[in-house]
Amino acid sequence: MNNLSIWQQLTEQSQMRWREVLEATSVHIQLVFFSMLIAIILGVSLGILVTRVPQLTTLVLGGAGVMQTIPSLALLGFMIPIFGIGVKTAIAALFLYSLLPIARNTYAGINDVDPATREAAKGMGMTSMQILFKVELPLAIPVIMAGIRTAAVINVGNATLAAFIGAGGLGDFIFLGITRGIDGLILLGAIPAALLAIILEVFFSSVERWTTPKGLKA
Amino acid sequence: MLKFENVSKVYDDGFKAVDSISFEIPKGELLVLIGPSGSGKSTTMKMINRMEPHTSGKISINGKDNNSYVASELRRGIGYVIQQIGLFPHYTIEKNIAIVPQLNGWSPDKIKPRVTELLELVGLDPKIYANRYPKELSGGQQQRVGIARALASDPEVILMDEPFSALDPLTREQLQGELISLQKKLNKTIIFVTHDMDEALKMGDRIAIMKDGKLLQLDTPENLLHEPAHGFVEEFIGKHRIIQNPELMPVIDIMSESVITSLPQSSPEKAISLIRQRKITDLIIVDESKALLGIVSAYDVIKKVNNIRTIEEIMQPIGHFLQDTASARDAIIMMDESPFGLIPIVDEKQKVIGLVTRGSLLSALSSQWTETEEVVI
Repeated sequence: MNNLSIWQQLTEQSQMRWREVLEATSVHIQLVFFSMLIAIILGVSLGILVTRVPQLTTLVLGGAGVMQTIPSLALLGFMIPIFGIGVKTAIAALFLYSLLPIARNTYAGINDVDPATREAAKGMGMTSMQILFKVELPLAIPVIMAGIRTAAVINVGNATLAAFIGAGGLGDFIFLGITRGIDGLILLGAIPAALLAIILEVFFSSVERWTTPKGLKA
Repeated sequence: MLKFENVSKVYDDGFKAVDSISFEIPKGELLVLIGPSGSGKSTTMKMINRMEPHTSGKISINGKDNNSYVASELRRGIGYVIQQIGLFPHYTIEKNIAIVPQLNGWSPDKIKPRVTELLELVGLDPKIYANRYPKELSGGQQQRVGIARALASDPEVILMDEPFSALDPLTREQLQGELISLQKKLNKTIIFVTHDMDEALKMGDRIAIMKDGKLLQLDTPENLLHEPAHGFVEEFIGKHRIIQNPELMPVIDIMSESVITSLPQSSPEKAISLIRQRKITDLIIVDESKALLGIVSAYDVIKKVNNIRTIEEIMQPIGHFLQDTASARDAIIMMDESPFGLIPIVDEKQKVIGLVTRGSLLSALSSQWTETEEVVI
């Protein structure tokens, strides 16, 4: 089989395993979706929290930064004693990875709001909540969306590693291909993963553009 | 309307930003707070709507302690204009102006006409500007919107923190003038912070001069210029301003107090001798109580000396005279229209107390000019 060219291998493997690929893609998407969902909810909340309680800035953003310096594979390993083997662990690890870009961009986006706008809002009698939802978040949305986009794209890549701890996904084909020495099998996992990343990038870019308030567009 | 009683602001580190100040502002007054940076003028203003809470003393608005309100509700009832304007960049001009009415729960069909009215009031065509975004407007136009926004829910009190300082001189001048006329029309109580003495003199009904958290003097522009209560006040105002501002120089400072007057019953011969003796061209005619009656010109007396018995017969009424409360500027303007080239100054009982001639006007102005030149040298 090793004598076949890589394209022949790919064709052969995909004819043989296309059902599995579809299934793995769906698992992959689920891994990304749920980890991102939690990361967005918690990341945005944490980002807002640190703008309100500046003493926490170093702790939260520093802590999330440390998470990102841990190699993905090691982080997955750390999670096993807590969540065991499988999907839960993978989602927890992917979530931790996505947290920093989202929390940091939320924090930066809100902090970047012109202090004069904030002062005017307060001076006109807006409550802290009104300022957050009517002024700060709408103005920070483009920056927050950029954070989510970055996190999502990184997440798709990292999710391939989930295969190592038995969570499935497109990583399964890549590792199978490596262990068996079948390059076509590696591509069978890598190509859909790459496509997924590109699709997410394009999708979030347009969401970013769409959510940018009209008055801020050039 | 607005009352400060021994109000202080002390920061946690012990710094006293405002030191026990007390004053009152009547309704409809435009009070300017002025002082060097760090004098506490902005802090004083911001304590009114509690953007900077005071630490002791009492601030009351219409007799009600401003600490008895929920902060956000207090602020909704007070207009707020800041130097950096702070329009919401993601809101159209219309939405920006509608912010406070919306916070106050106005219905949309009430807000819309109000926005239109306000845009017209500040000189922006609603058809053109209502749906634009702040970044499409010039700085001056943005601050017009800032003023409209502060007026939106018709607050009695408006706070303005150096509202025109960031604008170019031409726009600033224009907006100053418009604010003055707006103020006359709407009769708002305005607290206006500035560091620009010319602006203060132009805008303020009264001016409060602050330094190191203390209120040094609070008075009308005229009194500040004439009776600075403090060496610093005098220095801060700058003596040269009196010369720059004939508007603020009372006419009684430039008039000559030795007025040659005569009773109307006086004979022409007597009048001529007076005119020759004193080398004057016109004689001011007054009654027994020195009240102004008219004027007799030397030319007329000499020409008609043989035809008349008393100078009353050739006395002409005098339409151009000024009260003693008038300014030098009034005299300068009136001098051009006065057919006799002189302006009698009368007190409230019409009693003649002085006289401004072209000559006295010129020498008053030029003497002050040479004084400044000496300062410059």
